[in-house]
Amino acid sequence: MKIKNNIVNLACTGLVGLALPVTAFSAEFEVSGKVGVEQRYFDEKGQFNEQLSHGQASIFIEPELYWSWNNGNDSLTFKPFYRKDQHDDERTHGDIRELSYIHASDNWELRAGIRKEFWGVTEFQHLVDVINQTDTVEDFDGEDKLGQLMLNFSMVQDFGIIDIYVLPGFRERTFAGSEGRLRGPLTVNTENVSYESSDEEKHIDFALRWSHSIGAFDIGSYWFHGTNREPILTPVMVGNKLVLNQYYNQMDQFGLDVQATIDDWLWKFETIYRNTEEDDFWAAQAGFEYSFVGVFDSNTDLGLLVEYGWDSRGDGDNGSMGAAIQNDLFFGSRLAFNDMQSSEVLFGFGADLDHNAFSFVLEANRRFGESFKASLDVRLFQSTSSTDLLYSIKDDDHLQLGIEYYF
Amino acid sequence: MIHKRIVTSFIATLALSLSAVSVFATADEAAKQKGLDISKEAKARDAGWVDGTADMLMILRNKQGQESTREIKTKTLEVLDDGDKSLTVFNKPRDVKGTAFLSFSHPVGNDDQWLYLPALKRVKRISSRNKSGPFMGSEFSFEDLSSFEIEKYTYNYLGDETVDGLDSFMVEQFPVDENSGYTRRIVWIDKAEYRLLKITFYDRKNSLLKTLTYQGYNQYINKHWRPDSALMINHQSGKSTELKWTNYAFKTGLQDDDFNRNTLKRVR
Repeated sequence: MKIKNNIVNLACTGLVGLALPVTAFSAEFEVSGKVGVEQRYFDEKGQFNEQLSHGQASIFIEPELYWSWNNGNDSLTFKPFYRKDQHDDERTHGDIRELSYIHASDNWELRAGIRKEFWGVTEFQHLVDVINQTDTVEDFDGEDKLGQLMLNFSMVQDFGIIDIYVLPGFRERTFAGSEGRLRGPLTVNTENVSYESSDEEKHIDFALRWSHSIGAFDIGSYWFHGTNREPILTPVMVGNKLVLNQYYNQMDQFGLDVQATIDDWLWKFETIYRNTEEDDFWAAQAGFEYSFVGVFDSNTDLGLLVEYGWDSRGDGDNGSMGAAIQNDLFFGSRLAFNDMQSSEVLFGFGADLDHNAFSFVLEANRRFGESFKASLDVRLFQSTSSTDLLYSIKDDDHLQLGIEYYF
Repeated sequence: MIHKRIVTSFIATLALSLSAVSVFATADEAAKQKGLDISKEAKARDAGWVDGTADMLMILRNKQGQESTREIKTKTLEVLDDGDKSLTVFNKPRDVKGTAFLSFSHPVGNDDQWLYLPALKRVKRISSRNKSGPFMGSEFSFEDLSSFEIEKYTYNYLGDETVDGLDSFMVEQFPVDENSGYTRRIVWIDKAEYRLLKITFYDRKNSLLKTLTYQGYNQYINKHWRPDSALMINHQSGKSTELKWTNYAFKTGLQDDDFNRNTLKRVR
């Protein structure tokens, strides 16, 4: 549904859909988006009392409204999101993914409002990606993010792109509720959230990033100062129930991401150094992706991915929490069939080399007709060591079928 | 005597064939040169468009006649001392709406290419070695859609033929890049205006793979000829892809500044 119109005409008659020639003064308005249904099936009953047993259905809507004027140099985007979950009250949630204004000039842009910003190059973990809070209840892969209020000034220079971010307003991470699966033994308390900063969730965060492409290399580096997106969770008794309270400290973080694109090889490297009141640490994720074009005498492309994740905190001891990914190896394979329906299959396998813990994911999707897309996901977890984070979701193997309609 | 005669005639034949070889060699050189000259002239006649925008509809058809449509916008900047820069953005199918592709092409070596994935807000540098793979499931490969640069081929003039009533040159082009999906292509270029009328593509086994024909040429700003549509037929699979262009515009004022990762993220 695309409506091009002239502002004056729109104002005078309120009619839409008249195909008038686009001039420099015309505005463009577009409505698009998606709605979807999703069904999860868990093979085993949950480890913890209140968890749903097998089936979990949900529906979601994510429309996008877009206005642009001044020849596309000014634009406004509004993208709300809402999901209704059958069982998990915490997964039933809404968010403004985007409510953002952009003004673009020759070599600079001003972006203001609620936005999402992605940084990084690796596939199995997004270490350097720090601007937006993770919408953990949405999906297990951590790629869904909550909208972040920001003022972002971006300049294109000969030596690369400089981005300055001022981030007022902090978003708490989302966590599965008591009936939800894919969580630890204790649920996270959404009340009584505490902060290191006396400004609490009103602390104004700041980030400065430089990114550039030099020949085969794409490099990005940044410094972030503000509220840590990862909470420290502490068990407390609330009434007669043990829950986890969230505490967000302040952090300074340096990040670097590099990709070298050399023939069929993509070499990827990400590292961060984080300094907080509680600890200082380094972490890195590195690996490669190699593509075979037209395998099996067909149009299918086969990509192979290998990544390794390391964290100086190690797997933790009595004194510290440790890191989820501290000595982990990942293998993946992507099959793109390059057919009319854009069919794709992705496999991933992760192994924690310090614990007997493995995870396996399969994601397959294809288009049906012009506007429908179906996806099938399978996630399997195995862990025998109770100190590993995967241990609490070891019974959460599941299959997920999704159908999305795009408009 | 008989023996001597045979030897004599053998020598005569040899001499004849030797001279024939040298005649062919000169003819061969001349054909190469003419093929190159025609291609250079075609490129030179179209030079100076500075920048261009267009809307493109891509209609994919399989053997059973099922159709699928892609709606694409392109912005291109002519770069005279290097390959062109281009921004391509998808509007349909809806599930890839907003997906955009930035390419800095180079006459020799790999192009620099970035892909923007709007759902993740992620810009990904991608390998440009995949020249032979299909573009969005169509019968066009990435190399079929990349800008024509003289250095990408070696040439051979094959003769003249009439295409759609137009007297045309027939030139064989051999890709220099070893990652090309073709051993060669034959292009038909009309003598009057040096427009591409038809291309046949030969796969790595040198069998006829595809035929591309262009229709409905119009001249823009009194110089540049652009087709309204093109049809690519894959003879081996029976599938075809039709391209339809609308809203061609040239010298729209696009700058180098309009082709970077920032513009890639907000292009519509």
